[in-house]
Amino acid sequence: MNELLGLWWEWFPDLLQGFFLSLQVTGVCLLLGIPLGLVFALGVSAPNKAVRLIFLFVVELGRGAPALILLQYFYYGLPSAGITFSSFTAAALALAYCTGAYTSEIIRGGLEAVASGQREAADVIGLNKLDALRFIIVPQALRIAIPSLLGFSIIMFQASSLCFTIALPELVSRASAIGSNTFQYMPVLALAGIMYAVVCIPATIIVTSLEKKLGASSQT
Amino acid sequence: MFDVFKAMLDGVPWTIAVTLLSFTIGCLLGFPICWLRMSPFRVISFATASLVLIIRSIPPIVWLFFVFFGAGGGLLNLSPIAAAVTGLGIITAAQMSEVYRGALSAVPVGQYEAAHVLNLNARQRFVDIILPQMLRIVVPSAATYAISLLKDSAVASTIGVTDISAVAYQVTQQTFKGIEVYTTAALLYLLLSVPVALFSRWLGATLNTRISK
Repeated sequence: MNELLGLWWEWFPDLLQGFFLSLQVTGVCLLLGIPLGLVFALGVSAPNKAVRLIFLFVVELGRGAPALILLQYFYYGLPSAGITFSSFTAAALALAYCTGAYTSEIIRGGLEAVASGQREAADVIGLNKLDALRFIIVPQALRIAIPSLLGFSIIMFQASSLCFTIALPELVSRASAIGSNTFQYMPVLALAGIMYAVVCIPATIIVTSLEKKLGASSQT
Repeated sequence: MFDVFKAMLDGVPWTIAVTLLSFTIGCLLGFPICWLRMSPFRVISFATASLVLIIRSIPPIVWLFFVFFGAGGGLLNLSPIAAAVTGLGIITAAQMSEVYRGALSAVPVGQYEAAHVLNLNARQRFVDIILPQMLRIVVPSAATYAISLLKDSAVASTIGVTDISAVAYQVTQQTFKGIEVYTTAALLYLLLSVPVALFSRWLGATLNTRISK
């Protein structure tokens, strides 16, 4: 046991750097991806049929393709068209697209859940369409969508582990590098697993209780 | 373009195999986990709930490495596909146990009570009364999960399973036609998810008509 703790103590600083990079990628992809999801959600419910179909295709492609394929598309695919990204940029862009595609469905659910009286009221008090969206509809829709968006953020933090495949030195990359250098795969992977769990377990518990609370209050 | 597509097809059986096998394991193993999770003994149900939460809180790629390099390296000698199926199977089992639990609580209490009153034994109560109603509720979420598992199966490529993702990487390195290759790969995954969605709709409809008869 002491031996294990000694190893962990030795590896921890290195893994911690990877852990922060994982958090960073997740943060950037959510910051880019959730606004993108709002754009996709509005695009999919646009009045113009051509616009709607284009957005529907973009969203379905983002949801239908594995995140791993999207990552490799940006990192290994686009260079053949002369577009080259660093692994961090490729990771952030690919995961942002993935986030946008998935969250657009969550946000669309939120938009549809806003009571139709709100739309009518906004119309009656003379707000134009954009202002009605900006001040009345979107804030309420986002509030409804928050628990699901948080739940999705946990999934994206886990998905950031896929950046291992495009040589981003995040948590899994560092763990696997230590593993192949020392052949101590089990202990290092266990430590990496604990570091993911330390974030995801409390986050999952908070999101679940938030969902219950909001679900209960909307029923009364 | 056509030879790229033909080369990519080599990965399809492996993707299907990993997905189907781990889904089957997960669906079966989900039952005992669900049973333990709903145990009247709080210690057992709490321990199971914690285990499920831990399994779901660690990314699939870490589980796969753990099984392949960790357990497979020292203790057992696992082939990449066996390790991938084991790792993804365990994750699926944890997810499915939650799906089952939700479905069980959606079966009306009256059904349990009526089965008791009719003096059916425990096996009959579960197999003849509860299970058919539960399955009807399980099918849509199980299908959604199967499709996400199909996409998650791409991580198997990181431990050497020659699935669609692995072939995409190899072909890109050989031909430098990255855009075509990865577009094809994305479309292949999309195509594979269509039959799952159709099958689930058919199964759902069939189960519903049988219940309403």
